[in-house]
Order: sequence, then C-alpha cells, then structure tokens
Amino acid sequence: MAREVDRAGVRRLMEQGAQVIDVLPAREYGEDHLPGAVNLPLRKIEADALGALDPDRPIVVYCADYA
Amino acid sequence: MYDYRAGIRDWMGAGLPTEGSNARHPRLADLARADVPTCSLDERLGDVSDRVRAAGWDACVVVSRDRVVLGLLRARELGADPDLPAERAMRPGPSTYRPSVSAARMREIMADRHLDSSPVTTSDGKLVGLVRKQDVDLAGS
Repeated sequence: MAREVDRAGVRRLMEQGAQVIDVLPAREYGEDHLPGAVNLPLRKIEADALGALDPDRPIVVYCADYA
Repeated sequence: MYDYRAGIRDWMGAGLPTEGSNARHPRLADLARADVPTCSLDERLGDVSDRVRAAGWDACVVVSRDRVVLGLLRARELGADPDLPAERAMRPGPSTYRPSVSAARMREIMADRHLDSSPVTTSDGKLVGLVRKQDVDLAGS
C-alpha cells in the first residue's frame, strides 16, 4: 500500500536517495520529469518494475496530478 | 512506496527544477524578478512609492504576511493619493502565472492582454517574483 507524500516529502526522500518513478507516457516524460526520475509508464510497470528497482531504497511514484 | 499524488504539475507549479527537452527553454521560474518590492495592505502609499522608486522599480506587489499575492501597484497606482493605504489604491487580485509557464507562451499572453508585468506565484498563491515584458521579449530573441 502506497503512502501519500507531498512535495516537501518528495524532496526529503530524494535527498535520502529515493528512486523516483514517472508513470506518464514516454513522450511526456521526455518533455519534463523530476530530476533523476526514471520512466516506467503505467502499462509497463508490472512487467518492468521488479528488474528496474532497488528494493532497499524508498520509491516515489508520480504522474501528472490527481486526475 | 510513496505516492506523490499532486504530481509533476505541483512540482513545476512551485518552480522546482525538472529535466527533459522542455527544461532547455526559459520559463517564468528563470525570468521572474524575486527582488520586486512588496508591501502590506495597510502601508501608506506615499511611503511605499518612495521605497519603490528608491529601489529603481515602478511596480510593487501587495502581499499577505505569508507572501500570498493580494494586489498590484503599478506606476499609475503608485502615483495616487500618498495618504491612502495600499489596499485602497491597488489593483486587487491580479492575474498570476505559474513558474512553469514558458517564456514563449508568456510573450503571447502579455501581448494579448497588453501587460507590462505580471506576478508569478506558486500554485498556492505565494509570490515568486514579477515577470516583466522586456525580460520575456529578451528571452525569446
């Protein structure tokens, strides 16, 4: 179960080495993404996630906004 | 696992840096002048005007204690009755723009609305700075 985090929390987690995951389509990721974020579009996340992520580091997931 | 539900729009709306192809183009976060003078609602207009001119500006943003934008005093308003409080002279609730707006888009907006300057705020209304038409035009030249 994911815990909701705000902007300040994301910045703290990034300073602690969190892995930041952008789940937007690749084109949108290519235009703008959070510093250091990797792109795992929603449609691919289940297939790719296990191999791409470090289970020992926090993970932050985001998309465009609440919508 | 953490869910940043407010997402990248919230991040960009706060003027925080991003990576990607758009990051190479100037945005209001790069152009907004954070040194724009500010005043409170109850400051005497004459005192505000003196301070603004001494700082080399012709505009002042009226803000709350936590820097939420309440109004704007441009040259015309700054020249009103010096004994008025800023609140009585200001243009209340000016249109504000987010730091993530591109310089190219802002150039269009300022031309359409005949704006010489506009406050730039975070998504929760706090002042980032004032963007001036000449700076927007220079960024696109």
